Amino acid sequence: MLDPSDPAEAKEFTKLAFEISEQFDRPVIVRITTRIAHSQGLVDIADRKEVPLKDFVRNPRKFVMLPAHARLRHKFIEEQHLKLKDYSSDSGLNRIEWGNKKRGIITNGVAYQYVKETCPDDSVLKIGMVWPLPDRLIKEFASQVDELYVVEELDPFIEDYVKSLGIKATGKEIIPICDELTPEIVDRAMNKKDVDKILPDYNREVPGRPPGLCKGCPHTFVFNVLKKLDYHVNGDIGCYTLGALPPYGTMHSQGCMGASIGMHLGFEKARGDEMARHSVAVIGDSTFIHSGITGIIDLVYNKGTGTVLILDNRVTAMTGHQENPGTGVTLAGEPTFELDLEQLVKACGVKRAVVVDPRDIAELERVIVEEVAAKEPSVVIVKRKCILKK
Amino acid sequence: MKNVIFAGVGGQGVILASKVLMEVAMKKGYNVKESEVHGMAQRGGSVDCHIRFGKEVYSPLIPRGRADYVVSLELLETMRKLDYLNKNSVLIVNREQINPAPVEIGAMKYPDNIEEWLNQNFASTIVVDTAAALKEAGTKKALNIVMLGCLSKYLDFEVKDWEDAIKSQISEKFLEQNLKAFHLGRELIK
Repeated sequence: MLDPSDPAEAKEFTKLAFEISEQFDRPVIVRITTRIAHSQGLVDIADRKEVPLKDFVRNPRKFVMLPAHARLRHKFIEEQHLKLKDYSSDSGLNRIEWGNKKRGIITNGVAYQYVKETCPDDSVLKIGMVWPLPDRLIKEFASQVDELYVVEELDPFIEDYVKSLGIKATGKEIIPICDELTPEIVDRAMNKKDVDKILPDYNREVPGRPPGLCKGCPHTFVFNVLKKLDYHVNGDIGCYTLGALPPYGTMHSQGCMGASIGMHLGFEKARGDEMARHSVAVIGDSTFIHSGITGIIDLVYNKGTGTVLILDNRVTAMTGHQENPGTGVTLAGEPTFELDLEQLVKACGVKRAVVVDPRDIAELERVIVEEVAAKEPSVVIVKRKCILKK
Repeated sequence: MKNVIFAGVGGQGVILASKVLMEVAMKKGYNVKESEVHGMAQRGGSVDCHIRFGKEVYSPLIPRGRADYVVSLELLETMRKLDYLNKNSVLIVNREQINPAPVEIGAMKYPDNIEEWLNQNFASTIVVDTAAALKEAGTKKALNIVMLGCLSKYLDFEVKDWEDAIKSQISEKFLEQNLKAFHLGRELIK
């Protein structure tokens, strides 16, 4: 696993990941954390290198993971792991930048940048390949510095590993385990430096500015109705998750993509018919296509009687208006087959599937009440284009 | 190294303003890093961009107390960035109030003393009134570029460099309005 510390490395490491994968015949992951994803920087561009398509050689022992094959493959993986461990120490992805040997800091990802900025005189072992970790390099580095520190975001992954090698190090004793790091947090922890306070405290309360659903957003009509009905709402991932916040406050559970329908069925199984008669699952069109379909099959197959609202705004809105299989256009903008959600849920065994326009508020409410009351699984496709979609 | 923070509300064009500044700095041969701190910006939340440029830039985030310039496109958003100021910083604030959701629904009050408080407590506060400039430019959407014009008076780049950067980031159709907005912004700083 490679762990870039800035956009330039993110680009270089991605290229390198393919080379390592080819060389060692192992998958390689490039780890992108919040700050790497949300930052920009200069990169060097190069001419595109065309790589010819390799032959696909049939090799079931490698590509078909029957238990007998898997046992053989496991040996291969362990052998490659040892080779990769050497590579991790030798390739330069992990490297020592010697400074003053009083303090040595092992650090990775964006934390490396914070360390370089706030501790310019210290020695640094920069981890760019975070798995396998470079035992040899870690031992060499640790043996030559007086005090060893590990500065990493969130869990003490590298720190625990270093300690498992029998090496003494300071990490989470001074580096917070929660939240993103910042340069000043590292400065405070490593150098006991605090930011000078130059202004008095402001004498009023500063209201927050949480994001909200847009004015005229089709989801707002749905949440107004659900709020009025005071239903229990099992939600999902998308703009409509904002239905959990004021002024709606009308989403009561939410986990991962597609979980709304599974939770909805779970609530009914645990709490009975009364629950199903006062609740709905809400899920967006693209989330539904991504991982809600198995939930619908589960609902029907396991004799649930709940109602699922598919909030079909004809686009993947929250992430920046990407197309999806329900829009009839590919991500590249080419026309393609348009998935028919109504036909789809009917094929899964849902007999009650209704399409409704949320702008017709009275009809929306009538349909939701009717479907929730019905003692069989139902799907209401609430269909209206996102207000921001051209 | 120079450290600039743009702050504002989703939809005000904070990210585009930072892109123009990055372009100017990059073309001048500086190393540039930028970081966006936003939560669902398109849905009207707070947005800010940290831009750092110089010979060598490590952290993409500006440490608190280390901003040279804080350019705020909205009064209230300024108050979230005060930690980044030091005694040599310059604070440029657009005199505009956009109510956040808690104020809209009546749960909280929009503080009515921000400008007065800033002027009293931070000497290098420059509050600009962009309304006339935006009217003259012919579009309220050019607020970000007006504010960039204000900032440009403090940075060591040529007007032509700024104009080229604006051209590289803004489509032909809106270019004239935005170039005008940039110069009107410059005139707001005496």
